[in-house]
Amino acid sequence: MALTREEVLHVAELARLSLGPEEIEVFTRQLNDILTYIQKLQELDTRGISPLAHVIPIFNAFKEDKVQAGLPRDLALDNAPAREEGNFVVPRVI
Amino acid sequence: MTEPLYSLSISRLAPLLSRGEVSPVEVTEQLLDRIRRRNGELNAYLTVDETGARAQARDAEARLRREEATPLTGIPLALKDVLVTQGLRTTCASKILENFVPPYDATVCARLRQAGAVFLGKVNMDEFAMGSSTENSAFGPTLNPWHREHIPGGSSGGSAAAVAADLCIASLGSDTGGSIRQPASHCGVVGLKPTYGRVSRYGLVAYASSLDQIGPLTKEVRDAALLLQAIAGFDAKDSTSVPTPVPDYLEVLGQEIRGLKVGVPREYFGHGLDKEVEAAVQGALKTLASLGAELVEVSLPHTEYAVATYYVVAVAEASSNLARYDGVKYGLRAEGRNLLEMYAHTRTLGFGAEVRRRIMLGTYALSAGYYEAYYQKALQVRTLIRRDFEAAFEQCALLAAPVAPTPAFRLGEKVADPLTMYLSDIFTISANLAGIPGLSVPCGFSSLGLPIGLQLLGPPFGEAVLLQTASAFEQATDFHRRKAPF
Repeated sequence: MALTREEVLHVAELARLSLGPEEIEVFTRQLNDILTYIQKLQELDTRGISPLAHVIPIFNAFKEDKVQAGLPRDLALDNAPAREEGNFVVPRVI
Repeated sequence: MTEPLYSLSISRLAPLLSRGEVSPVEVTEQLLDRIRRRNGELNAYLTVDETGARAQARDAEARLRREEATPLTGIPLALKDVLVTQGLRTTCASKILENFVPPYDATVCARLRQAGAVFLGKVNMDEFAMGSSTENSAFGPTLNPWHREHIPGGSSGGSAAAVAADLCIASLGSDTGGSIRQPASHCGVVGLKPTYGRVSRYGLVAYASSLDQIGPLTKEVRDAALLLQAIAGFDAKDSTSVPTPVPDYLEVLGQEIRGLKVGVPREYFGHGLDKEVEAAVQGALKTLASLGAELVEVSLPHTEYAVATYYVVAVAEASSNLARYDGVKYGLRAEGRNLLEMYAHTRTLGFGAEVRRRIMLGTYALSAGYYEAYYQKALQVRTLIRRDFEAAFEQCALLAAPVAPTPAFRLGEKVADPLTMYLSDIFTISANLAGIPGLSVPCGFSSLGLPIGLQLLGPPFGEAVLLQTASAFEQATDFHRRKAPF
């Protein structure tokens, strides 16, 4: 199941990345090398094996629903590339 | 005293500080001076916090005088630049966070501050901890202090190099697929990756959240025990931190290992293992046997699938975790005509090639139509890998194996071929997938004079037996006493 150039572009779009023409070629080749290697997993019969998403036996981590001080607004905005009147500024959406 | 203060371990420095023979200000100034003069040769530090370090050193001095000190009070440390530090720039060695100044401390940093430690600064790494050589840093590679044409390992290469070159007393790193143990091995220092859940990940910038753990890189085993003692334990801010009580890690040091069953996994000694590494590790096994340990051969049959499993699980988690870098709340923003273009330009400009490659792979593995074939399959194989370890630990108390298949490779050697780079993590990756603790302790040198590490792997929450065994090994050998020619 080799990745085509078009698929690489599609994945880049999903990942919100833009690739230059040379990079598309390099990435297509490298990603295919890696995916070919990963095919190795198909050698194993995993029918009936449960997936392991998480290694520790914690299923829910509850804590008391208590009001606590959060990050002050100014501090939260300090690293924003653009801010105005206590808000994050983003390019026009509509 | 003939040795300079900067060359000491925590365990040797702490008594001098507590007896008042040496002041934390004096040690800190010595280290800041050494960093100023010599860091340029290795590029271990990305940020040096002279002002902050001096203030912490003065506080430590006052605290020592009040006799309210801990074993870490006044100890100058280097922190991997993936741990957020309040008011101190944290870059993850990425352009996207080049000017990020965190508004809060990671839990481990807060705990070390409370213990009175001194933070010299933030050390280099592979961008977002993705790599095995520190060559993926946006701010240039770190060099190996033993041989500057070689990599220090990665991703915690700055930590390992700084410890080995006496540019700090000890360091904290993070390990997602070997990123503490492999650089520790390549730089001839001790590195410990704790059990998943043992140390809070709050404030550790996320790469692969089900695999990441924070741990120490130190000049001797006892120092690793001291640092782990300070950072381990439940934290309400990390829902995956485990409430299991933290044992006394110092108590077991110096205890003999007679009768301890040490498993030797057959799959870690075959094809692809460098002859000199094999000889050093076999020598280490003989030493363990001479100390009374009983060696038993065990099998971890799914070892050969670990790298493939990791490069699905880790990249899938990474693609999700790194979605947060969108040019809105913090970090770099590039211009775009609309929101989507702004996102794409920001992320393309801000992330290096390896990070983009892993985001792409992860996005693909999780995308419609491929989820079952890749992600689901990898999680099933992860179960098999975990079961291998469970079966092995029924026959032994811990495992002993190589850390990496070769000593530190040359700078640039594997940059063009990501898959070859990935395969250099073959012996460390399984521990992260299974969530178990692992430790690297110096056990020899190659003919080029490059350090070689012995890896010890334990059952979940088995850090104590790793420290006990490593300490017994260290006392019987003198590899850890040899200093890098720096």
